[in-house]
This record gives sequence, C-alpha cells and structure tokens, in this order.
Amino acid sequence: MNSSRCAACKHLRRRCPSDCIFAPYFPSNNPRRFAYVHKIFGASNVGKILQDLPVSYRGEAANTLCYEAYCRIKDPVYGCAGIVDQLNEQLKVAEYQLATIKAAITTTLQPSYLLDQSLHML
Amino acid sequence: MGGASPCASCKLLRRRCAKDCVFAPYFPSDDPHKFAIVHKVFGASNISKMLQELPVHQRGDAVSSLVYEANARARDPVYGCVGAISYLQSQVSQLQMQLAVAQAEIVCIQMQQDHDQQQHNINQLMLAADEHEKSYFLHNNFLNFSSATANVANVNYDSFKKEPRYGHDMVS
Repeated sequence: MNSSRCAACKHLRRRCPSDCIFAPYFPSNNPRRFAYVHKIFGASNVGKILQDLPVSYRGEAANTLCYEAYCRIKDPVYGCAGIVDQLNEQLKVAEYQLATIKAAITTTLQPSYLLDQSLHML
Repeated sequence: MGGASPCASCKLLRRRCAKDCVFAPYFPSDDPHKFAIVHKVFGASNISKMLQELPVHQRGDAVSSLVYEANARARDPVYGCVGAISYLQSQVSQLQMQLAVAQAEIVCIQMQQDHDQQQHNINQLMLAADEHEKSYFLHNNFLNFSSATANVANVNYDSFKKEPRYGHDMVS
C-alpha cells in the first residue's frame, strides 16, 4: 500500500482521501507549511476557508494563510498587523520627505528664475 | 446568585464564564461581533492558547491585531491582510522612486545655480580687470612721451651749435 499522504493528513494522522482539500496545497515534502497554519488557524478553519473558495483561488489563499501564520509565529503579539503598521509608518515618512523636497525645489527655482531675468537685462 | 454577566466569548461558546476567564478582559459582552469574527477565523481554542502563551501586558495588543487580521480575512478570504501588505509595499516603492527623482532634480538645480553664480563672478572680475589695465597702460605711456621729447630737444641743440662755413669765410 503506497502511502502518499499530504502533509496535512500526515500531521493529522489520518488517511488522505483522493479529494483531500489540503493535498494540492500542502505537499508532503513541506510539513512545516501545514504545521504553521494548523497552529494558528486550525485545520478545520483552513479547510472551511478553502472549501468556500473557487478552486482557482485556493492556491493563493493557502499561500497567504501560510504567510500570515508564519508572521504570527514570528511575532505572537502583532503578526501581520505589525507589518501593516510599519509600512503605514514608512509611507507617512516617504510622503513627508517628498513634500519637503518638492517645496525645496519650488523655493530653489524662484531665485534662479529671478537671477536669469537679471542676467538677460545686463 | 447575581454573578457578573458572561463575556462575549463564553456567551458565544455557551459556557460558564469563570472568574479567571482568559477572554473576559478583551471580549466584553457589549461587543459580541469582536469575538465572533476571531472565533470564525482562528478558533476559540487557538486564541486561548495564543493568549496564554503571552505575558498579560501584551495580551491586549495581541487581541487587537488578531481582530484586525480576522476582519481582513473575512473581507477578503483569498488575501486577508496580506493584500494590504502588498498594496502598501507597492505604494512605498513608488514613493521612494519619486523621492529619488526629486532628490536628483534638486541636485541638478543646485549645480546649475552654482555654475550660473560662478559665471556671474567671472564676468564681474573681467569687467573690473579692463578698467585697471586701462589706467596702467595710460600711466606707462605718459612716462615714455616725456623722455622721448627730451631726446628730441637735445638733438636740435646740437645742430644749432654747428657754425655756418661760407658766411664767415667770404667776409674776410
């Protein structure tokens, strides 16, 4: 009997059916991937989320769930939400810097224009 | 028997809310939706484990971030809050590119202004140098004229000193 169970069914110690919802997205050669999502979301919730989606979207959903689970394991307090906060902060800083430089360009151009005018008059 | 009302978690899970209920401080009974959404995405058991693994002073922040992520996942079951991360990363990249362009622009403007200023200074120096040269030339030429006229006067005097030859001889 050839046991080619997916990582989920191996982890859950159950038989892997031919229509296993996890099998296409949690291959047996990457057991950590399922371990992460199971720890944070639970196998049942992951199964429900995948089941409720059209097949074409399930791969992407599995990837983002893995990423979110990994972030939460790395940072149990803030998880992915912490990354969103950091990016919002970076965005604010970049916007401020850009506005400052644009204002500096406007200010720098004005005396240059006046100098140009006076040189032409000479 | 008037005990405190059960927290939102225990109400949803239909169980007795213990005095040391791990959910009670963060899921008050007046906001049932908050627990409902995290339970739907993460599961009560997982939330309980996560909170118990954290020191008490960090649990409030953990609950807030879990609620944020659960809401994001409920709104977008495919991408969840990872969609927001992708979007923000691309916004930050775009802004950083615009920033680099603006910084290059201001360097160019400053270089051009420095060049214009240098040219202006050189022009001023050249104008000032012409005036000085003129006066130097004039001063030197006046001295040469004086010595030249003095030489001419000497030559004339010598020629007057020659006596005429025939006038004198014919009288005697």
